[in-house]
Amino acid sequence: MASIEMRNIVKQYGDGFPAVNDVSLDIADGEFMILVGPSGCGKSTLLRMIVGLEDITSGDMIIGGKRVNDLAPRDRNLSMVFQNYALYPHMTVYENIAFPLRLAKVSDDEVRRRVTEASDVLELKDHLERKPANLSGGQRQRVAMGRAIVRQAEAFLFDEPLSNLDAKLRGQMRTEISRLQRRLGITTVYVTHDQTEAMTLGDRVCVLRKGKIQQVASPRELYEQPVNLFVAGFIGSPPMNFLPATLEGNRLQTPFGQIELDERRVAAVKGRDLLLVGIRPEYFEDASLVDEAKRPLGSLFRARVDVTEWLGDSQYAYIPYEAPEEITRQLRDLSRELDSEELRTQAIVSIDSTSRIREGREAEFWLDARKVHVFDPQTGENLTRDAEAGARLTQMATEDRVEQVQEAQAQGTTVGGGTTRAGAA
Amino acid sequence: MSTREKTWWIIGGILILLYCLFPIAWIVSLSFKAPSDIANGSFLPTAATWQNYSDIFTGSASDLFLPALRNSFGICLIATFISCILAMFAAYAIARLDFPGKTLILSTALGVAIFPVISIVTPLFNLWRQIGLYDTWLGLIIPYLSLTLPISIWTMSAFFREIPWEMEQAAQVDGATTWQAFRKVIVPLAAPGVFTTAIIAFFIAWNDFVYGISLTSTDASRPVPAALGLFSGASQFEDPTTVTAAAAVIVTIPVVVLVLLFQRRIVAGLTNGAVKG
Repeated sequence: MASIEMRNIVKQYGDGFPAVNDVSLDIADGEFMILVGPSGCGKSTLLRMIVGLEDITSGDMIIGGKRVNDLAPRDRNLSMVFQNYALYPHMTVYENIAFPLRLAKVSDDEVRRRVTEASDVLELKDHLERKPANLSGGQRQRVAMGRAIVRQAEAFLFDEPLSNLDAKLRGQMRTEISRLQRRLGITTVYVTHDQTEAMTLGDRVCVLRKGKIQQVASPRELYEQPVNLFVAGFIGSPPMNFLPATLEGNRLQTPFGQIELDERRVAAVKGRDLLLVGIRPEYFEDASLVDEAKRPLGSLFRARVDVTEWLGDSQYAYIPYEAPEEITRQLRDLSRELDSEELRTQAIVSIDSTSRIREGREAEFWLDARKVHVFDPQTGENLTRDAEAGARLTQMATEDRVEQVQEAQAQGTTVGGGTTRAGAA
Repeated sequence: MSTREKTWWIIGGILILLYCLFPIAWIVSLSFKAPSDIANGSFLPTAATWQNYSDIFTGSASDLFLPALRNSFGICLIATFISCILAMFAAYAIARLDFPGKTLILSTALGVAIFPVISIVTPLFNLWRQIGLYDTWLGLIIPYLSLTLPISIWTMSAFFREIPWEMEQAAQVDGATTWQAFRKVIVPLAAPGVFTTAIIAFFIAWNDFVYGISLTSTDASRPVPAALGLFSGASQFEDPTTVTAAAAVIVTIPVVVLVLLFQRRIVAGLTNGAVKG
């Protein structure tokens, strides 16, 4: 187990294009770090530089206090799960998992013991003699993980390991990976473009855009105190709504009426003509269902609902709005960068599933003004970010992690001393 | 498929088989005829005889045939082996590495392959005589390499390209050196490709006539195709046709055996299930 430090890492390809640009990142021992971003943001390249499959143009890669820039992958003692698993088709599951041990010239008895333990943890016991071609997608995924955990690696690296699974299996494997990492307490770097995986798995999440780090923080901080428009738009599903706004006194004038800001936020946004106000879908509610006590904390507005989506436990309403050409263009650019296509300017609003708001009718909504963020449309910077509150959230997440790791270590549950499932054979 | 369609497929198949196998059947039938029986006007021999076979193995033609058979096996196996090893490394580099002149190598290989053999053979004959390679095994192995290498490089690089590169990277992360990754992961996966290539290369070398007849003069290195052309009848009034036919049947056997032995390996898609599914 080791920490991973990156100092001003740059990756430039032959044509001079910087896939990764001046990235500095510290990953603590035992931490679960997520690298996330839209396609082409350099996250996989960064991971491959950690493991040594990609040369580092400049900067320092330090694993466990040792500079590894010039070490071959095999000398870095990291294990990796590939997107397509990269199992060896000519070997049985047993030999696939044993492969790293065989290369390390471990004795047969020891190999048998460790492969058996790893396969117990991953419930692969019944499949050890089969070939990868005869396994289902989820089983192959587990074999790939088995190969990763069978030796005492300094860190685990995952390159979009779940993207080839169907939605249901993905959910199961996600919790499985989380449990395994907690249990083993091994430093983990996990690349994904799926923000659900990023939010649920990571102790901290590093959001990348065009090879540059945007923000490194706990999922909660990313969600509540995003540093700019890009992070705010990327994290959260459905995504944050961005409305054009102008400041008048201490009120924001938006297509959905006025939003009152507190003094701190007014001071932060003052002096700009045009602003973008970011509101999460769940800050809205059907006005008729809001508590009397909560009502004064927000503002009311009427709008025509275009479409509603009822999902059983929740309900979304789509409200179109007009925006200046400049803003429309910028929002379109942003959504394209986030791998989606926003065709019209509309707000997605989460309302209670019991709400009877109908499509095509006008309805009254309530908007919680307490948590809205205001962005500078030119730079995308979040003007109302509360850095202290954010840091507090990340601090809490770190404490949680340390506690969990200690707990795991106290129980002594590593692969070496893993629990054996009685009766499974 | 309807019964009608099936019938047509079967009839078509039989026609193709007849068309392909008829010459072979004819050769087999000829090899069982006595020399005087060639013109008997029927497909089958009047009285089947093993005489031709005993001629080439123990009788008059054996002096010519047996050493030639040994030469052919030796030369072709060595040429195939060297060609496969060289082509494996070349194809691996071509499939995996990005280096200047990659297309040049491939197109040169193709150029060599389509260059007419007959135009090289005369200068080669002179050169070999000067440097003492004329009528030696090595003197045939080298030209055979030039025949087999281009096609071997082409087929093998196609096979190597099929193997996901991540397989090799996974092996390196697992602690393998480049050589170990190549030997333990890439070579087993490329085995069907290597076998296919080896068989093709062997056939090309085995079937060669021009080099065989031009660059040899004695038993020391003359291969079978050249030896067949030198058979003579019992007297000058007798054609050696039946003996030649018997020898032709014999030299066809290794080819058939090879294909039957390795067709599983050739067909097997080993990379199945390597990646997602």
